[in-house]
Amino acid sequence: MTAVPDVREMVDPVPGAGAPHLPAQPDLVQLLTPEGERVEHPDYALEIGDDELRALYRDLALVRRWDVEATALQRQGELGIWASLLGQEAAQIGAGRALGADDMAFPTYREHGVAWARGVDPLHVISLFRGNDLGGWDPVQLGFNLYTVVIGAQCLHATGYAMGIQRDGADAAALAFLGDGATSQGEVNEALIWASTFDAPVVFFCQNNQYAISVPIERQSKVPLFQRAAGFGFPGVRVDGNDVLAVLAVTRAALARAREGSGPTFIEAFTYRMGAHTTSDDPTRYRLAGELEEWKLRDPIARVKAYLSRSGKADAAFFDAVDAEGDELAVRIRKGTLEMPDPAGTEMFDHVYAEQTEEIAAQRADFLSYHAGFEGAEQ
Amino acid sequence: MADLRQFKLPDVGEGLTEGEILQWLVAVGDVVVTNQPLCEVETAKAAVELPSPFAGTVVELLHEPGTTVDVGAPIITIDLGGDVAPAAPAADDDTPAAGLIGGPAPGGRTSVLVGYGPRNTEAVRRPRRSGAAAAERATAPQVLPEADYGSNTGPGSERPPLLATAPDATTKPVRHGGLETGRQAEAAAAARPDVEAAPSRTVAPGRGAPRPLAKPPVRKYAKDVGVDLTTVTGTGAGGVITRADVDAARGSGARTPAELAADAGTVVRFPVADAGTEGREQRIPVKGVRKHTAAAMVASAFTAPHVTEFLTVDVTRTMQLRTRLAARPELAGLKVSPLLFVAKALLLAVQRHPMINSSWDEAAQEIVVKDYVNLGIAAATPRGLIVPNVKDAGRLSLAELAGALADLTATAREGRTSPSAMSGGTITITNVGVFGVDTGTPILNPGESAILAFGAVREMPWVHKGKIRVRQVTQLALSFDHRVVDGELGSRFLADIGAVLHDPGTALAF
Repeated sequence: MTAVPDVREMVDPVPGAGAPHLPAQPDLVQLLTPEGERVEHPDYALEIGDDELRALYRDLALVRRWDVEATALQRQGELGIWASLLGQEAAQIGAGRALGADDMAFPTYREHGVAWARGVDPLHVISLFRGNDLGGWDPVQLGFNLYTVVIGAQCLHATGYAMGIQRDGADAAALAFLGDGATSQGEVNEALIWASTFDAPVVFFCQNNQYAISVPIERQSKVPLFQRAAGFGFPGVRVDGNDVLAVLAVTRAALARAREGSGPTFIEAFTYRMGAHTTSDDPTRYRLAGELEEWKLRDPIARVKAYLSRSGKADAAFFDAVDAEGDELAVRIRKGTLEMPDPAGTEMFDHVYAEQTEEIAAQRADFLSYHAGFEGAEQ
Repeated sequence: MADLRQFKLPDVGEGLTEGEILQWLVAVGDVVVTNQPLCEVETAKAAVELPSPFAGTVVELLHEPGTTVDVGAPIITIDLGGDVAPAAPAADDDTPAAGLIGGPAPGGRTSVLVGYGPRNTEAVRRPRRSGAAAAERATAPQVLPEADYGSNTGPGSERPPLLATAPDATTKPVRHGGLETGRQAEAAAAARPDVEAAPSRTVAPGRGAPRPLAKPPVRKYAKDVGVDLTTVTGTGAGGVITRADVDAARGSGARTPAELAADAGTVVRFPVADAGTEGREQRIPVKGVRKHTAAAMVASAFTAPHVTEFLTVDVTRTMQLRTRLAARPELAGLKVSPLLFVAKALLLAVQRHPMINSSWDEAAQEIVVKDYVNLGIAAATPRGLIVPNVKDAGRLSLAELAGALADLTATAREGRTSPSAMSGGTITITNVGVFGVDTGTPILNPGESAILAFGAVREMPWVHKGKIRVRQVTQLALSFDHRVVDGELGSRFLADIGAVLHDPGTALAF
């Protein structure tokens, strides 16, 4: 009897692009193929208008333009460091646009796309990477917490926040962002346990970009990350992280589930960090160029553009206008960065606590008097 | 109207001090736009392209490719000229405006990053106010320890530098891995009497003595022509030493070429009487892997007393065994090289003589004997010599060892060897035989006590069972650190390796 090969084993993880080094992914949710063809998924239907589609494209393109400009500014010595989101635009825009006004996002330090979707001024993010402040936006007003650099810590914050929503009886959810590397952190696992046992209205959105700096996902997990959720007692789903429509649909569904009291969901957005971990990193030292070429074929923006143009939902004038808007944005970011005033040395005392304490006030006064003790200092 | 701007090398990766210009991507006369890649720079962390912060015409490339440039040094001049210039007025010199990249920042620093940048000036205590403010300060509550808040003010400036950049009798060089080299430089500096005896020097040497004021190009010029700046009186604004001052000091004949020649740290070019060498010498800057290798080798050669022993071995049986083993399924697809057997023989010998696999801990006055073998393999790569090691090689089967050696060489050849693969080695093999030579006297990899050179395997006339036969013969050379390893141990260790290679069956007895 001839063995019939299991067809699923031969399914490309992201259909349309050969990826010999990756395992088959029969469970991957995808609504837009890398070639820009719209496909349906039985569990995740998405009704989306043409305006909304074009808006998504604009988000993706502008966020990428911002990222390119920020990387250049770092190379010119204007930013201390920059964590590029190149390649992860769809995962972030899809997730960011799935959030409701009352939802709260808890980002890592790479969620520029989500920041954009929440209405954070790019210059606020830039000032953080310039070392001027630790994040100047209002998290409560924007529903977007400050960037968290400690790996995975924000998952506990999000879970705690979600438990607060539960106690308030509010109609909202928390969306925690994390990376593949963070799944190995104790804090993340604690957050998953608490969220699960309390049915907290939180969605864990893991962008698996295949590398924790230089450590590949194979050293992080022997099973696909989304399958871990089952062990914690809630659903996990793997979505094509380079497919903005699929990410939007999956995240919306997970947030809705959280809001209605059905508990957390773990989303693994399967994507790829096309650039360096940060500007201090050189990815050519630990990954092969062929891998990057493979992922370029799955570019998150190219497929939306292909779909829009092929279906006639957008014309050349639209794409030109978005490009022009991107350049304007870049000019604004560049100008704003160069003109950014240096912060006063006393600022570090001003926001330690919501209300100033006597001790900090004394430290501030001492600091001022110390600096006033030099000749030529302003009185 | 020319509006010249210079782009100064930024710190592209958190705390770097220099970068090497690999290549220019633009030429003089090119019109560049903002963010157009100007050059490729390699730093200790990464090779990156630097995008232009300006739009304009390239006026000058300030460094040749291959030059190592300090962070904060200008690398290119661009003319923003006429209509491409932004509204910013042209500065009266080519220094960018305050706060901009390359522009002045508080405390004599250059803005490369916000907050910090390389200092252009020596740390000088900012003068304190006298009177009321100081008195008030004296009675202020001591809440915070005084600290240096980013500019060169306050008591923080008095701290000794973490990295000694000039030999200084009172400051121990702490540059990692180069301690011995540093001490030599220190000794050389202490032995230089002219510095201390300089008549115009009015300040006591050592900590607290200000370095003479001079701009970096003048500093370099003085170094090149061998003028000690501490002996020069500056005539520039604020006592700054100018190029003319250096020339004047030079003309005064303060130092003869012979004195200069005695000065180890100075490059001296004697007048060339025989024009036959003119233009026929190439000067290659020492940097990157070459620099690292040189420092490591000097440190090793002048720290560990080396002894080298030699052994010529008939390895015919090992070569036959190699053919047989290569056909086994366990080793299918793996490269079964002579090096593999030498490595295995060495590992077996280490088991019998663990002391050979140890290191000298000078600080603790202890010998550290290692229970694991991280086997280093010296590899010639396009970037130079590197010594990655196979971790815990003693625990690997022959097939695993073959795989590990293949991975290690392939990774090295691609230039992707990680720093962790190059650290923690305990003993090393250098396979000089691949270059067709018989043997050598290898220098120890720093921190290790033995290194084995494996020569070419040649067919040679050899006395075998009482008759002269053509046999496959190789030479082994073992260098060891005589502080740790005595002649007896070294000899037995080498003899054991030879015994296994001569008759692999011996391994069963080990």
